[in-house]
Amino acid sequence: MDDLIRVFADALRGALGPDAAAFAIAAVGLNLHFGFTGLLNFGHVAFMAVGAYTMAIVVDAGLPLWVGVPAGMLAAVVLGLLLGGTTLRLRADYLAITTIAVGEIIRIMIRSRALEDVTGGVFGIQGVAADFFALNPFSPGNYGIWRVTFSERQLWVMVVGWTIALLCTLLVWALMRAPWGRVIKAIHEDEDAARALGKNAILLKAQSLCIGGAIGALAGMLLALERSAVDPNQYLPQQTFFVWTVMILGGAATIKGAMAGAVMFWFIILFAEGLLREGISQGIIPDWLLTSQQMFAVRFVIVGAMLIGLMIWRPQGVFGRREEVMIGAR
Amino acid sequence: MSSVAALLALVVVTLVATLILPGGVSAQEVDLDPDADAEEIEPPAVGDQSIGGLLQDQEELPVSGVAITVETEDGDPIGEAVSDENGLWVVEVPEPGRVSVTIDIETLPEGVSLQNADRTTLTPNVRAGQAGTVLFAIGERSFEGVSRVERLSNLTAEGFKFGLMIALGALGLSMVYGVTGLVNFAHGELLAFGAIVAFWLERGYGPFPAMPLVVAALFAIVFTAAFSGLWEVGVFGPVRRRRSGDIAALVISIGLALVIRHLYLVFYGSRRDFYLDYRLQSSISIGPVSLTPKSWITIVVATVVLVAVGWALKNTRIGTAMRAVSVNKDLAESSGIDVRRVTIVTWVVGGALAGLGGVFFGIAESVRWNMGDHVLLMLFAAVILGGLGTAYGAMLGGIAVGLVTQLSTYWFPAELKLMFALLVLVVMLLVKPQGLLGVRERFG
Repeated sequence: MDDLIRVFADALRGALGPDAAAFAIAAVGLNLHFGFTGLLNFGHVAFMAVGAYTMAIVVDAGLPLWVGVPAGMLAAVVLGLLLGGTTLRLRADYLAITTIAVGEIIRIMIRSRALEDVTGGVFGIQGVAADFFALNPFSPGNYGIWRVTFSERQLWVMVVGWTIALLCTLLVWALMRAPWGRVIKAIHEDEDAARALGKNAILLKAQSLCIGGAIGALAGMLLALERSAVDPNQYLPQQTFFVWTVMILGGAATIKGAMAGAVMFWFIILFAEGLLREGISQGIIPDWLLTSQQMFAVRFVIVGAMLIGLMIWRPQGVFGRREEVMIGAR
Repeated sequence: MSSVAALLALVVVTLVATLILPGGVSAQEVDLDPDADAEEIEPPAVGDQSIGGLLQDQEELPVSGVAITVETEDGDPIGEAVSDENGLWVVEVPEPGRVSVTIDIETLPEGVSLQNADRTTLTPNVRAGQAGTVLFAIGERSFEGVSRVERLSNLTAEGFKFGLMIALGALGLSMVYGVTGLVNFAHGELLAFGAIVAFWLERGYGPFPAMPLVVAALFAIVFTAAFSGLWEVGVFGPVRRRRSGDIAALVISIGLALVIRHLYLVFYGSRRDFYLDYRLQSSISIGPVSLTPKSWITIVVATVVLVAVGWALKNTRIGTAMRAVSVNKDLAESSGIDVRRVTIVTWVVGGALAGLGGVFFGIAESVRWNMGDHVLLMLFAAVILGGLGTAYGAMLGGIAVGLVTQLSTYWFPAELKLMFALLVLVVMLLVKPQGLLGVRERFG
């Protein structure tokens, strides 16, 4: 029983922790893309990578963090413009393939030897978070209640992360209430009708891509600050699929879906992993079936299964409305 | 057919330009990062802790027979190893801690050198109970004594071979899209399935005795075809009938790919392994092209299969039915075609082609759990280049992508190969989104 409580506490810890905050931010951006605008963006990790690397390069060059963060967001906006200017005329499934391809192009470029002087190649850039942790108001120690405790560094990342997540959520909420958001929704529902009314659909979709991308860049930067390093292996396409699962779990096209989805996502993953680990160590799960070395793979199996199950039985996630999500389903 | 002519012209122009432009000079700048897949390499565990690695050149071919010495930091000898035929070496380390690993560059095969000639000794930290990895960066094979024409014709032949292998995968992907409207992100896993099943069968698995690779490959193709059919019957068919929509099906295929790929990781493991047959072969030259016998056979078999499928699409009842369904499903249904059966046959044929392609990738490179993920984007590039949903376009696109990726290594580092395939994809979408053979000749 005690083991079970420990697993539960660990899962809860992860569900509130820095990673969950970063995924919440990323999902807010993706939700603007897919949930509200209907853009099949499968290269969200590209925005995270561009944001994190730009910030890391700027900070590594000796400039302060408050220059690095806006620079990272600006880079994401530029990427959004490039992507938007070229791909938004394409049909949805083409956009999916293009965005995933662009994500990979960016990852291959940042890890290439040709750019090693700038990006650090396969080794990435270390020590990018000195400025960030210098601002930490919490004195060293462990904070928290019951068995859910965090170090002062984690707590600082969490406070900043969840604050940004909340601000981004409010921003999207405000945007979607504004006339801009109503046109975006109209384009999502019937692009031809919106264009017939004189709305520049491509421009508006590009704006959505840029804003969501800049939010995604913030998520990438938060992850980089938490690890105080960037390296190309953090930006594999799987990262995008995790963000997708977070968004769909919470409910695409809902305001609170992204933040709630991130908490639920990490809780489910970590709780399931914890249970399996306990099962293995106590001999309930036999060795031939699963060993602790293979646990790395299990996380991806769970995410994949979650994605399949949600899309089949509950595409609206926990908080979404089915009709809204089924727009565009032919 | 003007687009075919245009493509041919493009290829010819590229070749001519290659011969005229001074290209070979960039050879010394060409360097790939051999620890590209460092995290996937796991040397066999020996004893409590060990240090080991994989010696591979930039073509991902193993470098064997290289002597490696391991010492403690103070210079006391720990052990020696020689890289085996797969390029693997491992030395048991009695005490955890920092060790110094020296590679004997005298034992490197001819034409192979370290990327960084003065980094012959590395000092990794060996953790208790763990199999540590250390990687020596092998430099570009020197091409001294190989003429530019020879290199280019070899790269072209290699590119053609890879192109045919990609086409095998892309054809199934495109056919399935044509018939069901599904952009299947899990298609790469079918190739990996074929490769891994063939690997297991070759060594003997469960009730199956060890068998030659040719027989194992035939079984693998059958199993992959069945596996693929199962996806339609068990997952995508029901999803379509629920009217969840194409986008939902696309996301489901991503989830499916994640699940299946990581099940391979659980059951096959993270190692990179090779088939027993056709491992070390010396090249056979035909004209200016010298390739190993396995490459020649790959080219012949893949060409025959692709031509056969292309012929069958035009000249058999089921092929005609497939093309009819992909052009207009409702019209096909109302003219008496059993759409459900045609759909399943399409999946099965696509699976069989993917299984064959997977075995070829296993022979040409290695068998890995995530090989499907590596090949998927190249399949997409091929499919988009040729036109999504067109069968002949997928073949053409596959060959073009193979040529582009291989020929790009003449000027650029091999680590950028995939990037060029993806750039082709993006540029094609910008210039001609319907692809080379799109719209007018949908699916044949």
